Amino acid sequence: MPDSAVRIALLAPDLLGTYGDAGNAIVLERRLAWRGIGAEVVPVATGTSVPESCDLYLLGGGEDAQQTLALTELAAGGGLTRAAERGAVVLAVCAGYQILGRRFPGVGGADTAGLDLLDVESVRTGAHRAVGELLAEPIASSLGGVELGTLTGFENHGARTRLGPEARPLAAVSVGIGNGFERLEGAVQGRIVATYLHGPALARNPALADLLLRWVVGPLRELDVAEVERLRGERISSARARTRRGRRWPRGA
Amino acid sequence: MSLRLRAAVTVGRAARALSRATGRGGGNVVGGHLALAIEPRALELLARGHPSVVVSGTNGKTTTTRMLLRAAELLGPAVCNTDGANLPRGLVSVLMDRDLDPRARLVAEVDERWVPSVIGDCRPGLVVLLNLSRDQLDRMEEVRTTAARWRDGLSASAAASTVVVANADDPIVAAAVPEDRTVVWVGAGLRWRDDAAACPWCASRIAWDDSWRCSGCGRARPALDWWLEGDELAGRDGTRTRLTPAVPGRHNLANAAMAVAAAVRLGVATDAAAAAVATVEEVAGRYQAAWGPGHGGRVYLAKNPAGWTETLDVLDEERRPVVLAFNANGPDGRDPSWLYDVAFERLAGRRVTVTGERAADLAVRLRYAGVDHDVIVPLAAALERGRAQDADVVASYTAFGQVRKALARA
Repeated sequence: MPDSAVRIALLAPDLLGTYGDAGNAIVLERRLAWRGIGAEVVPVATGTSVPESCDLYLLGGGEDAQQTLALTELAAGGGLTRAAERGAVVLAVCAGYQILGRRFPGVGGADTAGLDLLDVESVRTGAHRAVGELLAEPIASSLGGVELGTLTGFENHGARTRLGPEARPLAAVSVGIGNGFERLEGAVQGRIVATYLHGPALARNPALADLLLRWVVGPLRELDVAEVERLRGERISSARARTRRGRRWPRGA
Repeated sequence: MSLRLRAAVTVGRAARALSRATGRGGGNVVGGHLALAIEPRALELLARGHPSVVVSGTNGKTTTTRMLLRAAELLGPAVCNTDGANLPRGLVSVLMDRDLDPRARLVAEVDERWVPSVIGDCRPGLVVLLNLSRDQLDRMEEVRTTAARWRDGLSASAAASTVVVANADDPIVAAAVPEDRTVVWVGAGLRWRDDAAACPWCASRIAWDDSWRCSGCGRARPALDWWLEGDELAGRDGTRTRLTPAVPGRHNLANAAMAVAAAVRLGVATDAAAAAVATVEEVAGRYQAAWGPGHGGRVYLAKNPAGWTETLDVLDEERRPVVLAFNANGPDGRDPSWLYDVAFERLAGRRVTVTGERAADLAVRLRYAGVDHDVIVPLAAALERGRAQDADVVASYTAFGQVRKALARA
């Protein structure tokens, strides 16, 4: 366990915060505080260099223009890359997920080189935008054998993401589209976790939040937050009921 | 009037009357919808001869439209669409009224996505652009796409003589205005800046102080024709006019400024416009007294992060208990992630009741914000509690309609 407060870097919240993903920082900070562990959220606005010394790095979703600007800013200085290489924990959502890969469709769909921290590539397939509730069953072998409950969230992305051999899938899609290839959702590579889940992801999936935190601080006692369990129950059963009524969102490419 | 248009109007009116008679609603949507199904050019044909003004933006368009209507009425007959029927079908419904004055000016509230289409049909003399920020991201476009759409609409020949009244404090709005248009720039302020971090022209970072300037291409806030200084509207001509909107909050001062600037461009004297704007007390139930006279609690509509931020500012003034009614249906946006963009921490220490179809989502947000609250899912029971507390009520879009209905029944 670190001897000082856990430092959570919220990267480019002014660019990659379109879908409330800054909430992931709030969730991590609170879940540590509720266990008596100090945490500090470090917003890294665009135009400032990414500190290398944080324990956790968060990237959220954003529009195309913001995504490309965020990439430029995050690449400059190389702070995020060096932190990831020394094993810092990274959670990247949606546009942030795409940025960490080898390439993604940038402004106007232009093929754009990413930060190359994840062995994934995001492409436009001509399939329609993936919008709606997303349910996926985590793949324990990708997570060091840790079993998480069903992942729930809301996806909203145009591109589809294909995993290369170094990246492991985070979960298998049961409702929605996710990566759009092989019915998989998200990616895990070392201590980098990437996903299309908004909600925010960690608000609706506390086990994933705690997994990331345990990677930083070691064992943590369980928390039982009644509001969160109620929300999870509601969202999971609602998404499943929708599938039974007829698949709203066609399968990905 | 062509046979087809006559048939469209006849059927549309009948459907509207039937909808009203059966208590299903105002009937503007179904009436206008049917008329357009019969005559797709109905809006263009019916709008002929009517001078028009288009008002659009993410937040404040209903209120600003109503304010501008009051001021425009000083010049002659004027009509506007109500009940948020802000697509072409809602405008068709207004224009197919049997007793519509043939010279009436149409003051049209228009959904952001429909601005180019309505410009094409109505050829407005004036277009008023308020702000653009994230809203219903699961079904609306990203804000820059909407801005580009506005720009296309204003560049079209139908807008050749259109004057634009635009909020200069919103860079996304500024980018939506073609350079060759006559523009009245209003410094109406921009409380929510999280969608304007990247320059809409070159995607570099925008630097903010009282104004804005792009650190890349150097584009900056245009020179202002009108700006707010406290509650006074200052004009480039040296005039200063106190604005006294009856509806609360900084954002309504901004709406009033936009409405007055637009009215002056139409030919209304500044003082008269300010007085007319101040007569708008309640707009489609927004800001209405929740529990009747003698009680302080009001009903607020908050649709998106920018709207919630403004509403929290207003709630801070009296710090009443609050009832929060939250849904996530189509018009609310089906992804409520944006609740985490709103500083609900500000409600800590107040009595908070959460209700609505998606109360569970808001309850989790409040838990993480450290705000104690009770969840009472049935709306009637939650409102009963609110009445006992003389609380303020804040509702998302579809919850707002449910709250109004429930309060009318109570």
